[in-house]
Amino acid sequence: MRISVDQDKCIASGMCVLAVPEVFDQREEDGIVILRTDVPPPELREAAREAAASCPSWAITVTES
Amino acid sequence: MTHPAAPSPTATAPAGIPEYPMARASGCPFDPPPALRALQTEGRISRVRLWDGSTPWLVTRYDDERALLSDPCISSDNTHPGYPHVSAGALERRKRAPTFINMDDPDHARLRRMVTARFAIKRVEALRPAIQRIVDELIDAMLTAPKPVDLVEEFALPVPSRVICELLGVPYADHGFFQSNSRILVKRDTSPKAAGEAIDKLVHYLESLVTEKLAHPGDDLLSKLAVEQVATGEISTRVAAAMGTLLLTAGHETTANMIALGTLALLQHPDQLAALRETGDPGLIASAVEELLRYLSIVHTGRRRVALADIDFGDVVIRAGDGVILANDAANRDTSVFPDPDRLDIDRGTRQHLAFGFGVHQCLGQPLARVELQVVYATLYRRIPTLRLAVDLDQLPFKSDGLVYGVYKLPVTW
Ligand code: HEM
Ligand code: SF4
Repeated sequence: MRISVDQDKCIASGMCVLAVPEVFDQREEDGIVILRTDVPPPELREAAREAAASCPSWAITVTES
Repeated sequence: MTHPAAPSPTATAPAGIPEYPMARASGCPFDPPPALRALQTEGRISRVRLWDGSTPWLVTRYDDERALLSDPCISSDNTHPGYPHVSAGALERRKRAPTFINMDDPDHARLRRMVTARFAIKRVEALRPAIQRIVDELIDAMLTAPKPVDLVEEFALPVPSRVICELLGVPYADHGFFQSNSRILVKRDTSPKAAGEAIDKLVHYLESLVTEKLAHPGDDLLSKLAVEQVATGEISTRVAAAMGTLLLTAGHETTANMIALGTLALLQHPDQLAALRETGDPGLIASAVEELLRYLSIVHTGRRRVALADIDFGDVVIRAGDGVILANDAANRDTSVFPDPDRLDIDRGTRQHLAFGFGVHQCLGQPLARVELQVVYATLYRRIPTLRLAVDLDQLPFKSDGLVYGVYKLPVTW
């Protein structure tokens, strides 16, 4: 599984950081999403999928492999 | 109606179209109006009639609302002739002090991003000790005050007002001024004249604050806007002041209602209150906050939008220019997403509600509101374990006429 984020779409809601802080973080200057890792370990994959589904601006894409 | 209906292609639609917003059932202050739930059961979309005679679409189901709220053909621009205004006063506010809550991207994103840094999860988490201190001080004061105490005046309003004042750099000493003017703005029956005066006063006040910050910047959000955006010519003092007004009013009214109405809901559900009081688990406290946000859905007059292009929606076509209302309070009771939705269950453990909206306009202040409510719900009932209502439920004045639902007063004792 690979995660990617679209920073242009992100509205800095923080929802993904609340859900999986091990994977998602926010830029210091404007709160826009950054990835701490784009390949989450197995135990965080389900949570990362849920974070993608709950992003209010559809800025998170999960590619299953 | 004293204000003429906005010209609308559907203003002559046949009678029989239900009025919106609808009334709640008496004795059920926490549940959405029965007529709204009936529409949710009957179909995916229907027409409703507003205060000005216009007849926008109403959508009530969770999946449909999420889809439409993130559809690029759906606009928040309330200068559009088809926009379903919540009241005559709200229309006046937009004319005098436009803010990003009623703009579309790219303008919306450009302006919103000027203030998002301070609402990032880590920045807000860092405020937790200060919020705890404010909550504890206000409880200390209540404990020495003569009983009964009005929880709204003595606690629910001061907590978020103090917090947003510190964050913005607004002197808390002026709370009487900004609270009374924002109270005028959040009532649906406020006349355009009264709304206009209230918004002008607030914007002038914020303008002088921004000017002051330009000369003597501090570490607060208004100073940041003054130095980084106004001084550089990116935005005018007026635009910064309008944004400040939005943050100040949205930052205290909403959370205040969640504190007072949330407390009332918990007092009516003693088992849930006991579980919350006795837990030391931050996870359960966070879950209780999400559940009360879902269950109470205080922003109860729907998300207001207008279609910019034709949208195929089941059996109907939403035409370009049609107003659309997304009833997020109804979506939060959608049985296909929330099993047994009318039950308050603080252990439900889901953040998927639409209490903060969805799409690009989803609440900017949500991380702050969450931390404020977590601190309040984790502290108030533990420190005052015998807290109870000082009057009967049916004597409480509910904000049925408000843009945001809640109680005007909550007399409590212990
Ligand atoms: C429990 C408390 C709160 C609730 C229930 C709430 C609810 C909402 C909702 C439903 C929206 C979406 C509006 C739309 O879609 O048209 C919104 C937007 C907004 N809220 Fe909140 N809010 C709360 C607290 C706060 C706080 C503390 C702030 C602090 C500054 C705030 C600032 C805003 C702003 C600026 C927007 C506009 C965002 C945009 O258009 O991009 N809110 N809020
Ligand atoms: S949930 Fe989406 S919008 Fe919110 S911070 Fe994460 S990526 Fe951005």
